[in-house]
Parts: sequence; C-alpha cells; structure tokens
Amino acid sequence: MSSDDLLRVSDLRVSFRVGGLSARLAGRATEIEAVSGVSFTLQRGSTFALVGESGSGKTTLARTLNGLQPVKAGTILFEGQELQGLSNTAMKPVRRRMPMMFQDPVGSLSPRLSVRSLLSEPFVIHGLSDRDLNAEVTRLLALVGLPRDFADRYPHQLSGGQARRVGVARAIALDPVLVVADEPTAGLDVSVQGEVLNLLNDLRDRMGLSMLIITHNLHVVRQIADRMAVMYLGRFVEQGETEAIFRAPHHPYTAALLSANPEPDPDRVHQRITLPADVPSLLARPSGCEFHTRCPQAQGRCAVDVPVPVAVGDSRLTCHFPLNT
Amino acid sequence: MTVLEVKNLSVAFHTESGPLEALKQVSFSVPANRSVGVVGESGCGKSTLINAILGLLADNGEITSGEIIFEGDKDLARLDPTAMRGLRGLRIATVFQDPMGALNPVLSVGRQMRDIQYRSNLSKRDKDARSVAMLRKVRIPDPESRLTQFPHEFSGGMKQRIAIAMALMMEPALLIADEPTTALDATLEVATIELLKDLQRDIGCSVLFISHHLGVIAELCDEMIVMYAGEVVESGTTREIFHDARHPYTQKLLACDPARLSQRVARLPTIAGTLPDLRRRPSGCVFQPRCDRADAQCLTPPPSAVLGGSHIAHCWHADIPLGAMNA
Ligand SMILES: Nc1ncnc2c1ncn2[C@@H]1O[C@H](COP(=O)(O)OP(=O)(O)OP(=O)(O)O)[C@@H](O)[C@H]1O
Ligand SMILES: Nc1ncnc2c1ncn2[C@@H]1O[C@H](COP(=O)(O)OP(=O)(O)O)[C@@H](O)[C@H]1O
Ligand code: SF4
Ligand code: SF4
Ligand SMILES: [Mg+2]
Ligand SMILES: [Mg+2]
Repeated sequence: MSSDDLLRVSDLRVSFRVGGLSARLAGRATEIEAVSGVSFTLQRGSTFALVGESGSGKTTLARTLNGLQPVKAGTILFEGQELQGLSNTAMKPVRRRMPMMFQDPVGSLSPRLSVRSLLSEPFVIHGLSDRDLNAEVTRLLALVGLPRDFADRYPHQLSGGQARRVGVARAIALDPVLVVADEPTAGLDVSVQGEVLNLLNDLRDRMGLSMLIITHNLHVVRQIADRMAVMYLGRFVEQGETEAIFRAPHHPYTAALLSANPEPDPDRVHQRITLPADVPSLLARPSGCEFHTRCPQAQGRCAVDVPVPVAVGDSRLTCHFPLNT
Repeated sequence: MTVLEVKNLSVAFHTESGPLEALKQVSFSVPANRSVGVVGESGCGKSTLINAILGLLADNGEITSGEIIFEGDKDLARLDPTAMRGLRGLRIATVFQDPMGALNPVLSVGRQMRDIQYRSNLSKRDKDARSVAMLRKVRIPDPESRLTQFPHEFSGGMKQRIAIAMALMMEPALLIADEPTTALDATLEVATIELLKDLQRDIGCSVLFISHHLGVIAELCDEMIVMYAGEVVESGTTREIFHDARHPYTQKLLACDPARLSQRVARLPTIAGTLPDLRRRPSGCVFQPRCDRADAQCLTPPPSAVLGGSHIAHCWHADIPLGAMNA
C-alpha cells in the first residue's frame, strides 16, 4: 500500500439472504451477492465516483465500507487498518473518520430536532458531549456557509439546498478524512446542486478530504471525480481516470451508459447504444461474461468464457473485446 | 382537446407569521397526448402546484383564487373530496420522488398490484398476468418470481420502476410525475422516458412532468413552464425555451446545467442569492433582487411578453436572447 493510498478494497464480497424456506425447498438460490469481488484504491485528497445500473450494488458497497453490512469475503484497508469483521464498537472510531451521507437526505434529518441539535448529535453519539457544543455548531455552520442563526431553525424551515448543507455539516462534524456520499445532489435543482458540489470541493481542498460519491448524474461525475468505476451486477466492469473514460470508454456497458446521458437540447439527435430491456437477476447470473445477454458487441465466446480483468491505458476492465483500443 | 387547464391559480399557506403565497396567478394548460415539463429552483412551488391539482394541499394550505379545469368540465379547485378521490388513481395517476409513498412495506408487490385492479372483473390469475407484463415493461428482471417479494427486497431504483408500473396499470388520462427518474441510472432513465412516451401513444394520456434534470425535460416534454417563487416566469415549447429562453431566470438556470459545460471547471455556476421570503414578496418583478438586468422599471410588475407562438416571458426586458447573456 503506497502512503498516498487512503482506502484499499480487495476482492470484496457482500451477500444477502433472499427467498426463504419456500425457495430453499424448491431448490432455488437463496443468496445473492450484491457486491461480488470488487477491488479499488482511493488516494488521499481525491474524489472517486461510483456509477451504474440501479440495484448494481453501489449503496451496499458504501454501507459495507462503513461497517453497516457484514463482509462475506475480501479486505477493506482504511488508513492501514483492516475493517472487515470489526465489531460495531470497533467501527465507531472509524466512522468518525469515514462519515457517510445517506441516500435519502430529507428522511435523514429528524424533523423534531433543531439544526443545533442535529449538529450536536454526532458529538453526543461519540461521547464527546463535554466539548463546547455551541462553539462546534457555530464552527460547522460557518464551514458549510450557513448563517449562525440557522442553529435555531427546524428542517421544515430549510430549503432543499440548506438541508443538504446541514447534512454535509453533520457528516464532517468530527474528524473526517473520507466522506462517503450516496447521491448527495439527487432532487436538487442545477443551481443548488452546483452550490453543494462547490462546497464539497472547497472542503476537499481546505480540509484535505477524500470523497467517494455515488451519483446517477454523469455530468456531475465528469465535473468532480478524478477517478470513477462503473458497476454492473455487483462488479466493477470498468474503472479508471474519469476524463479518459468519458473520452474513450472501453467496456461496452460503459459506452452504453455514457451514450444514454440526457442532454439539454430537444433537437439533439442521439446516437444511443440501446440495450435490451431485461436486466439479469442476481439470482441467475449469466454464464461467461455477465453482460453478454445485453451486450451489442457480444461474440460466441462471451457466453462461455469469463473475462479476466485487463489493463488498457490507465483503466481496468473486464471484457474480451474492449472498445476504443 | 385540453386535458388540464390551470387558470390564475393562487395558493396560500397559513403560517404563524402570516400567509405565505406559495403560488401566485399560475396559468398553463396540458393538451391531450402531450407532455408538459415543470422546472424551477427547490421551493419554487412545483410540488405545491401538484398537490393543489390533486386536492392534497396540507391542512394549512388554501386555494385563494383561480380554476383547475380537468377534461373540460370539472373544476378541481372546487370539486368535493369524494369526487376527487374517484379521480385520483383512476383518471389522474401519480408517481413521486420517493417510491415508498406509493408502496406498502408490509404487502407483497404482487398483492399491491392486484389490489389496484379492484375495479376490474379479471380473475386473480389474469390480474397477476397483467402485473407481470407491466413489471416487465418497466424492466424488472424475473417479474414472476418478484411478485411474492416485498418492497424492501428491491433496490431504490427498482422500487421506483414498480411505482411507475402501478401508476400506469390504471391507464389514466393524466399522469403527474414529480421527479420520478431521480433515482435511476442514465440507461434506465432514458428507458423510462421512452416508456412514458410509448404509454402516451398506447393509451393516449398526457403527462405533467417535474424534474431538475433539464436533459430529461428536453427529451420527454413537448412544452414546458419555468417557475420562480410560485410564479410562472416563462412558458413555451421545449424547443423555444432551450434554444431561445428570454427570461433572465430561465437563462441563468440553463447556464447552471453542468451538461452545458464542455470542460471541467473549478467552480460550477450557481445563481447568487436565494428565493425571496414568500410572506414578503418584492413589489414589482419577483426576480428583481437577483436579476443583473433589473432597472427602475422592474419595480413595477412586468408584462407578459408574447414572443411568438405559445412562447411567453414575464419580464420587462425579454428581448435579449440567451447567447447575448452568456457572452
Ligand atoms: N404546509 C406548508 N406550510 C407552509 N409553507 C409551505 C408548506 N408546504 C410548502 N410550503 C412552502 O411553499 C413553497 C413551495 O414549496 P414546494 O414544496 O411546492 O417546492 P418545490 O418547488 O416542490 O421544491 P423542491 O424542488 O425542493 O421539491 C416553499 O417556500 C415551501 O417552504
Ligand atoms: N436488505 C436487503 N435484503 C435483500 N436484498 C437486498 C437488500 N438491500 C439490497 N438488496 C439487493 O442488493 C442489490 C444491490 O442493491 P443496492 O446496493 O441498493 O443497489 P444500488 O445502490 O446500486 O441501486 C439489489 O439486487 C437489491 O435488491
Ligand atoms: S466480454 Fe463480450 S459480452 Fe462481455 S462486455 Fe465484452 S464483448 Fe460484451
Ligand atoms: S422584469 Fe426586470 S428584474 Fe424581472 S426578470 Fe425582467 S429584467 Fe429582471
Ligand atoms: Mg442506491
Ligand atoms: Mg417538490
């Protein structure tokens, strides 16, 4: 592990039990691997974006890093410490350094608590109530660019963007080094989205934070992420430098995803790579390359041979016939 | 034929510090077989507009003036609650940001999809077959075996597609969608847009579509309205707005879209300032405190500048095109 590596994930696997007794009796699969052999490295001070089909395992991966979902196999090395298998108590100090912003921002701010209480909560949870909480609240409000008197407001008195700022402030309350943000700008208009992303970028520069961001908005990925990974059925099918991937995607699924990106121009003639409708189930993973059932480039061997990860330039991908090489 | 016509609609919420005028003199219409998009900053009144149409305003909310004419003859602003309940879900279907609003966590998806068809005479088996067909249409893998599963067993995006399938089962005249694609990835987002377009053709319904994703509006909608602080500031065809926006707010909003940036930038564009306090609207133009183009004239209410066809901007200076501002 190089000294610049903040997080190194190796062959991570996470599974869920599904179905229950009837499925077991019928001999059907009772386990799905929502994260299925994921490896990547996140460097200090950098932003890594995770994109992919809904249900591809992005949230599960993020929750697992945070110890909210047990690891089935593989390792998570964060600041030199192995996280897999740690107890909830042992994870607590780790969460101070790797805070998570959850997917549903509206629901994650309790409506009965004032902003002051919401911002004090992380200190209370981590047994730090002896700190000067008023001073901490003031410090956090300033960090995320909200006026001091917002401490006395309640969530329903905040605009969407202000609520998101409070969410960011909660996440960075203690001593963050890596912020894991699940769709931090979903539901925001483009102007407020810009504000929140500018704020995250500022914090990254000022506090030396690293970020792992999950988003469906490819325009956002291109603006903020140094590196990105594309997930399909719980695996990274391609990862690499963001700009390089946008310029020349190598995996056919990445190419389809980038070609689908809606553009704000009603007259645009889209040259879309359309994919067949059926997204395979995790209960019945396709043979060979798991994308072969939908891949426009698939050839005979794709249904049989599992592609091994290959490096093309700075990217790593799993495909027998990479594009743009 | 016009499916929905909103005329001079105003809505106020009664708060401890006085009435908050969330919608002010909103007018627009949704023609048959058309999709109309609604865009605007968080808090500008998009959800309030939808709630007013559906008769679902919060207890402290009130329609203070105007009409909401549905299918030519019913004024939804004055319809009694029983008649309104008869329309909701049957003639007017909805899909919201949060799919869990539409899904019952303790019932299987198959059971819920069968329950929506309670008015139909189909057998249980045929109802389930329709549910499966609908789930397949929204790209849920293994729909047969998924019927017995519960909402928590699906990912966020899948739940949203199930909610869409449930809304479409009823073949409504109007589908109201409040950010339904927010949780979907680009391929499924585009697929959902295609699905909504197909549905419009199949059963001849109209769509009122709210989204912050301007690209999605550009692809799906024929017409659009731009809202600011509870007012419609500009309306027209999607083409007119995206190519020739004339209201300064619309122009700024479009300029903030990261999709317009061809290069990575150090700071993303934003609109300086915040929405005005809707309990104390500025006199004159509502956008005046944030507008670079404001002058003395803007302290009086702006006219509706008709820019040709259906394109209207509510501004004193609607003669300056988009390119001129960016330059
Ligand atoms: N029950 C209520 N009581 C008081 N004010 C309310 C109530 N509901 C909404 N408002 C206010 O009305 C205005 C419009 O809110 P609305 O939810 O319609 O915005 P929106 O355009 O849907 O925003 P977003 O894009 O964030 O969903 C806001 O100022 C909001 O705070
Ligand atoms: N608690 C759970 N029980 C069973 N299956 C789950 C659970 N949470 C997620 N899944 C399944 O795991 C897969 C990945 O889900 P998720 O990580 O939420 O995807 P994403 O965030 O990429 O949309 C999906 O097939 C989903 O249905
Ligand atoms: S290995 Fe074959 S099926 Fe898989 S992505 Fe590559 S070309 Fe397509
Ligand atoms: S009327 Fe004046 S203040 Fe209002 S948008 Fe037009 S130029 Fe700006
Ligand atoms: Mg998710
Ligand atoms: Mg809303």
